[in-house]
Amino acid sequence: MSLENSATLTWFYACKVDDVPANGGVCVKYFDEQIALFRFARRNEWYATQNLCPHRRQMALSRGMTGTQEGEPKVACPFHKKSFSLVDGRCLTDEHECSLNTYPVKVEGDRVYIGIGAGGQQVEVMA
Amino acid sequence: MKIVIIGNGMTSYKFCEKMMAKAAPGTVELVVFGEEPRPAYDRVHLSEFFSGKTATDLEIAPASWYAEQNITLHLGDPVQQIDRTLKTVHSYKGITESYDYLVLATGSAAFVPPIPGVDKKGVFIYRTIEDLEMMRDYAPKATTGAVIGGGLLGLEAAKALLDLGLKKTHVIEFAPRLMPRQIDEAGSNLLKAKLETLGLEIHTSKSTTNILGEDTITGLQFSDDSILEADMLVISAGISPRDEVARLCGLETGHRGGIVVNEQLQTTDPCIYAIGECALYNGMIYGLVAPGYEMAEVACSHILGSHKAFTGFDMSTKLKLIGVDVASFGNPFAPADQCRTIIFEDTMKGIYKRINVSNDGQHLLGGILIGDADAYNMLLQTAKNKVILPPNPEDLLLGARGAQTEGGAGVLGLPDEATICSCENVSKATICNAVTAGNETLDAVKKCTKAGTCCGGCVPMVKDLITSTMKAQGKYIRNVVCEHFSYSRQELFDLIKIKEIRTFDDALDHYGQGDGCEVCKPVVASILASLWNEMILTKGNDTVQDSNDRYLANIQKGGTYSVVPRVPGGEITPRQLMVIAQVAEKYNLYTKITGGQRIDMFGAHVNDLPLIWEELVAAGFESGHAYGKALRTVKSCVGSTWCRFGLHDSVSFAIRIEQRYRGLRAPHKLKSAVSGCIRECAEAQSKDFGIIATEKGWNLYVCGNGGSKPQHALLLAGDVDSDTCIRYIDRFLMFYIKTADPLTRTATWLNKLDGGIEYLRNVVVNDSLGIADQLEAEMQVLVDNYKCEWKEVVENPELRKRFSHFVNAPEEKDPTIKFENLREQKKAAEWK
Ligand code: SRM
Ligand SMILES: Cc1cc2nc3c(=O)[nH]c(=O)nc-3n(C[C@H](O)[C@H](O)[C@H](O)COP(=O)(O)OP(=O)(O)OC[C@H]3O[C@@H](n4cnc5c(N)ncnc54)[C@H](O)[C@@H]3O)c2cc1C
Ligand code: SF4
Ligand code: FES
Repeated sequence: MSLENSATLTWFYACKVDDVPANGGVCVKYFDEQIALFRFARRNEWYATQNLCPHRRQMALSRGMTGTQEGEPKVACPFHKKSFSLVDGRCLTDEHECSLNTYPVKVEGDRVYIGIGAGGQQVEVMA
Repeated sequence: MKIVIIGNGMTSYKFCEKMMAKAAPGTVELVVFGEEPRPAYDRVHLSEFFSGKTATDLEIAPASWYAEQNITLHLGDPVQQIDRTLKTVHSYKGITESYDYLVLATGSAAFVPPIPGVDKKGVFIYRTIEDLEMMRDYAPKATTGAVIGGGLLGLEAAKALLDLGLKKTHVIEFAPRLMPRQIDEAGSNLLKAKLETLGLEIHTSKSTTNILGEDTITGLQFSDDSILEADMLVISAGISPRDEVARLCGLETGHRGGIVVNEQLQTTDPCIYAIGECALYNGMIYGLVAPGYEMAEVACSHILGSHKAFTGFDMSTKLKLIGVDVASFGNPFAPADQCRTIIFEDTMKGIYKRINVSNDGQHLLGGILIGDADAYNMLLQTAKNKVILPPNPEDLLLGARGAQTEGGAGVLGLPDEATICSCENVSKATICNAVTAGNETLDAVKKCTKAGTCCGGCVPMVKDLITSTMKAQGKYIRNVVCEHFSYSRQELFDLIKIKEIRTFDDALDHYGQGDGCEVCKPVVASILASLWNEMILTKGNDTVQDSNDRYLANIQKGGTYSVVPRVPGGEITPRQLMVIAQVAEKYNLYTKITGGQRIDMFGAHVNDLPLIWEELVAAGFESGHAYGKALRTVKSCVGSTWCRFGLHDSVSFAIRIEQRYRGLRAPHKLKSAVSGCIRECAEAQSKDFGIIATEKGWNLYVCGNGGSKPQHALLLAGDVDSDTCIRYIDRFLMFYIKTADPLTRTATWLNKLDGGIEYLRNVVVNDSLGIADQLEAEMQVLVDNYKCEWKEVVENPELRKRFSHFVNAPEEKDPTIKFENLREQKKAAEWK
């Protein structure tokens, strides 16, 4: 996430830092959407992607296992272990698989926010 | 240059792939017409459609691949006409495309003999996904199936009918034996006997003259006037090349079908090529995928101006899926005056092997393997590459006996140009070079060379080549866990134990690099659990548990979970049954008796899991660990308390064992059973450890397996008393837990253990390593530390919090979960 484009983003409050298990994920409800939020505690990094695994369209990625492949942060879907890059969402185990949408994340104090693009999404912020 | 390809099957795809890889970017325009509604799929593995693969799983490349490559793909639109003077093709939907080169890859259709009644309802062919969909939909109405044709495909179709649940399936072969083109009479007889044990009935020398029934099939009539009842029929009597458009535009075709091509795969019009199953080369149709791929390669190279030639192809084959190995290679029938034949036959085990060796004893000409085809790849390569045989060629079949023999066997003995992967035409040298260049895993070699990516038959050889190349480079081969830990599981186990490491992060900081992944995390989690038996969801270790362990339940289609309480020994009171019934009704769960003598409740929302378990725990139930690589069930038969044959009380002993090892985590799951006498109603000999009552005590069997590669357990100790039996099990299990690779069941572990069961017996029974006391003590620690995981979760608000779907709306359930109705219960909605 860069500061230049953060102006066009709506920062949506997701949860507290401690609501997300270290090196694990949770699912965040954003209106009718489901976003998987990952706390990479070892690297002190946060990532967010769509929760839907494109392989069999399962709402499951937040329950997947995080890790790295040659240094690149990734998540493996619990269903068939397809791995997706948390950086750009591409599938690392199958080049033909669709990529995930990714979202920027910022942490202020103990609050975690997910950045939603201004591309037509509602801009209200949920408490 | 514009190339139009007619047909979008396996060789058509291969042609496109090769063309995109070889041609300079932007120089070639490809247009593909396919008659089927979907892009090319893996016809070779078509039957796996019945074992759960979907059309998407079978896809070779999705439509998006064609789009990315800028290939125009017209699906569901067969070409109907070729105009060779204007160089255009016209399709069914009215598209006209011009071409510089035209490639016919129209494949073949099932050959349907002109028997009256083939158009009746219930008669099928076996070629496309649609054919299989129709069979699947029809099968529930049918009880007796028949297949016309006892060749490769016919037998595969017959197995499919069995898999579809037909009670009885008949195979009707015109020739006097099965697979007449691949195997000899002795082999065929043995195969027939084996198939009959699978539930097939084989009729040879039968010619079908009539298909009976009004408009739906009811039976078959044969030339000897006999009649066979059947309500579903698959015709698999051979293939007939799709040469109709070729013939229409005046290209030369064979009198029994097929488009005539030369060594460059050109038809009688040099701008038109034909490849795959529609091409007739030297009077022959090649009905296999590997020669089709080779044709794609040659045609592609020729269009681009280089000079390769197709000069025929080996027709060696290995039959898959049917539940008995069958393979034939090289010349299986070489006549007696041209070769020496060595035959090995074991009618007890159902094994028949024949090899034909040249008269001078130097070369392998071909052979047949039935019942055990493990040696197929090696023998095929030995024959194809004219490897000089060892002095006793029978060693090829029987293994070297007695003194060590040199040469001949071993993958490294093959010449560099030996083709290892015939689908992708990858040579031994290519694979070894890739390994030397640093591609030291199967995945890396697959990516770099494509070997093993099509039918997968060569994968064991590729693995062997990787290890032997690395060994030849002086590298010490260890089965390292993954990129984050350069240790084998056994080494890691010892290190974690000695340093008393208790969290994944500590293990990674001490012995690993990077941040872990879905391979090493569960491995370390399992080691920690096997060593210390602490609650697996404690902070820090919670997120390294495999997904099912993390939620203490098995995830299902759609994202719900299953609930399996432990029912030790399968014994359950009416009261407990009522509790299960109440819980299942309250939370709307699908219930089913499992194959492990207990009850599974499916379809629980993650939010409901703690509530459900709260009620179960209150009624005295414990976790059944159905989600863990841990002890599952100890099955029992009713035993001497009721059964008139029972020698001892198998139920009580099963309960004692299940309660001792409940929650025990291991490299893979563990199953056990206790039978009260040799009638073996608990199937103890198919378990990781199984116990059978004898007059004098118990017989302890170990390392059995059900599943996809069943294996009978072997006797470890006979006539032992109950306490001794348990001490042996302690030692056996602990030894397995310490030394097995990740995800290796006891059967596979034993198969790889040097010295096999004798060695294991020495360690466990004779204490040859002097570690028996230590093993027993370690097991006792685990037994003493056991706690029910679900009880702990239910009582701990911090842990309970993790069982919600939305972190910011913990009360809400996942709204995308859908169910359907089935026989008064629910089922998961079908996924795409
Ligand atoms: C529920 C059950 C089927 C049933 O309805 O009867 C079942 C269901 C599953 N089995 Fe099984 N197996 C069940 C008995 C068996 C048996 C029979 C038995 O235990 O007597 C076998 C063959 C015996 C054996 O294991 O040696 C069996 C061999 C497998 C295998 C193959 C293991 C192998 O070594 O080849 C797998 C795959 C694996 O573990 O990797 C598997 C995996 C699975 C999984 C866990 C697949 C998955 O990951 O989702 C299924 C979970 C369903 C769920 O969500 O609860 N299941 N499975 C049975 C549960 C028994 C129980 O009470 O715990
Ligand atoms: C059940 C089964 C199991 C098999 N098992 C094995 C095995 O174990 N090993 C092995 O080597 N081989 C096996 N085969 C054979 C293998 O699948 C074929 O050799 C291979 O698919 C041939 O490829 P192809 O591209 O020539 O033809 P196909 O894959 O048949 O493709 C031809 C395509 O062209 C289309 N077409 C035809 N005419 C037109 C037209 N006018 N316009 C547009 N499209 C047209 C057809 O609809 C078809 O989709 C098996 C086959 C089956 C059916
Ligand atoms: S329950 Fe077992 S055999 Fe049945 S589909 Fe699942 S894994 Fe396969
Ligand atoms: S649903 Fe995610 S990998 Fe299959």
